[in-house]
Amino acid sequence: MTMKKNNKKLKIFVYTLLIIYSIFTLAPFLWSILTSFKTTAEIAAGGTILPENWSLKGYETVLASQLPTWVVNSLLVALLTTGINLIFNTMAGYALARIDFKGRHVLFSMLLALIMIPSQVTMIPLYIVVSKLGLVDTHWSIILTTMINIGYIFMMRQFFVNFPRDVEEAATMDGLSKIGTFFRIVLPNAKAAVATQAVFVFMGVWNEFMKPLLFISSPDKYMLTQGLNSLAKAYKTATQWDVIMAGALISIIPIFIIYIVLNKYFITSNDQTAGVK
Amino acid sequence: MGNRRYLNFQGYSFMMPALLAILFFTIVPVVYAFFMMFYKVDILSGARTFIGLDNFRKIFEDPKFWASFTNTFRYVLVVVPIQTVIAMALAALLNSKINFSRGFLTIMFIPTLTSSSAMTLIFMWLFNNNGLMANMMEQLFGMKVEFLTNPSLALTVIMAMNIFSTVPHFMVVFLSGLQDIPDSLYEAASLDGANSFKKFLHVTVPQLMPITFYVITMGLVGCFQIFDQAFILSGGTGGPQNSTLTFSLYIYQLAFTSNDMGRATALAFVLGTIIFAVTYIVNKLLKADEVNG
Repeated sequence: MTMKKNNKKLKIFVYTLLIIYSIFTLAPFLWSILTSFKTTAEIAAGGTILPENWSLKGYETVLASQLPTWVVNSLLVALLTTGINLIFNTMAGYALARIDFKGRHVLFSMLLALIMIPSQVTMIPLYIVVSKLGLVDTHWSIILTTMINIGYIFMMRQFFVNFPRDVEEAATMDGLSKIGTFFRIVLPNAKAAVATQAVFVFMGVWNEFMKPLLFISSPDKYMLTQGLNSLAKAYKTATQWDVIMAGALISIIPIFIIYIVLNKYFITSNDQTAGVK
Repeated sequence: MGNRRYLNFQGYSFMMPALLAILFFTIVPVVYAFFMMFYKVDILSGARTFIGLDNFRKIFEDPKFWASFTNTFRYVLVVVPIQTVIAMALAALLNSKINFSRGFLTIMFIPTLTSSSAMTLIFMWLFNNNGLMANMMEQLFGMKVEFLTNPSLALTVIMAMNIFSTVPHFMVVFLSGLQDIPDSLYEAASLDGANSFKKFLHVTVPQLMPITFYVITMGLVGCFQIFDQAFILSGGTGGPQNSTLTFSLYIYQLAFTSNDMGRATALAFVLGTIIFAVTYIVNKLLKADEVNG
C-alpha cells in the first residue's frame, strides 16, 4: 500500500518536472511568435505579453526583403548537398563494410583520425583551397566542401555490417553487377538509415553558419542563416524585433515541417552535427 | 586472382568520390595548415615569408589570445557538466515508464532543430535591454540588468543558450543508452530495498558510464569550437570588452579582419592541440575512475 502511494507521488514528481522543462523549452519560441505579431512601437515600449494590436508588419517587411531569395538559396544548396551526401556516404560505408579490398582497414583508421580534427584547424587553408579553385562567392563552395561526411560514412558502415548478406548474394547470382546491386537492392533496403542521414545532412546545411560566412559575400547569394544575421544587424538598432523574429521563425519552418513528417528519423543519437552546435 | 583485383577495383571505385572530397577538402587543408603556421601569409597579395615559430610567440604574448583562452575555458567548464547532468536526468525521467513520453520527447527536442543563428536571435531578444528577461528582473527584483552589454553577463547568455539547444540531443543519446540497461538489474536493486533515487545512483549512473564518456567528449569538442553564437551576439567583435571573444572567433578575426592567415592557422593548431589534450586527459581520468570504482 505504501509502495503504491510512493509510486504515485513519484509519478507526479516526474510529470511535474517534465511539464516544467517542456514549458521552459517552448517559452522562448512562443515569446518570439508573439513578438513577431507585435508592432515595433509596442515592442519599444516594453508592454504586454500578448500583442495589443496583432500586426503582420514584421512578416511583410521580411518578405519584402531579400529573405525569400535566401530561403531559395538555402533550399537548393541543402537539397543538392543532401542528395550527393546520401549517394557518396552510403557507397563509402558499403565498401568499408562489405567489399574486401586491399587497404580498407588502413582507410578506415585514416578516416577515424581525420574525423577528430576540429574544423577550425582546416578552416583557413580550406578557404584558400576554395579560393584557388575559384569557388569563392559561389554556392558550389558550400556544396563541394560538404559533399561527404565521415560521421555518416561510419553510420552507414555500421548499418551494412549488420545487413544480411544473402539478399545481396541472391541479386549477384541473378547477374546484377555490384553497382547494380547497390542501387537496386542495397539502397532500397537501407531506407531507414538513408532517411536518418538525409534528415541530418539537410538540417546541417540548412543551419550551417560558418561556411557561408567565410565563402559567400554577395547578399543575393547569402544562405538563410547568414542573411538572418545581416537582417538582424539592419533592424536591431531600430528595435524592430518583430521583423527579426518573423525572419527567425520563417527560417525554422521548413525544418519544423520535416520534423513533423519524419519525426521518427529525427529522434536518434545519430546526429553528427549536434555536438558542435 | 582476378577476383582479388576485381574486389580492389570495386572497393576503390565505391570509395573514390569520398576519398577525392577528403583529399581536397580535408587532407590538403591539413597539410597546408602545417606549413602556414610557420609563415606570414597575406591573402590579398599572396606573399609568404617564413618566420619560424614567430606566429606562436606572438600568440602567447597577445592579451586578446589570453582573453579568448579564459573565455573558452570558462565556457567549457560551465556548459559541459551542466548539459551532461541535465541531459542524463531528463533522459532518466523520460525512461521511467510514464505516459506521453513520446510527446514530451517531441517537444523537448525542438531546440536541437533550430539553427544557431535563429536561436541566437531569439535569445538576444529575450535578454535584450528591453527584452523579457530584463523586464522580469526589473519587476521581480527591481534590478535593471543589462545582459548583453555587460561584460560579465554576455558570455553567460551564450552558455545558457548552448545548454538549452544541446541538452535535447544528448538527452536522446542517454535515452538510447538507458533502454539497453537490463531490467533485471533494477529488479535486483528493488529486492535490496533501494528506492528510485538510489536505483538511479547505483544502477543507472554506473551502467551509463560509456555513454557519459561519449557525451562528455562530444560536449568538450563542441564547446571548445563555439563560434556562431559568439559571432552573431557580438556582431563579430567578441565584445563587450572581449568578453565573448572565443578561440574560434579570434581565429576568424585574425584571418579575415587582420588578414594574418599564418597566425590564425597557428592559433587553430593551438586550439586543436588543446581539444585533443583535454579530451584525452578527461577520458583517462574518467576511465581510471571507472576501473577503481
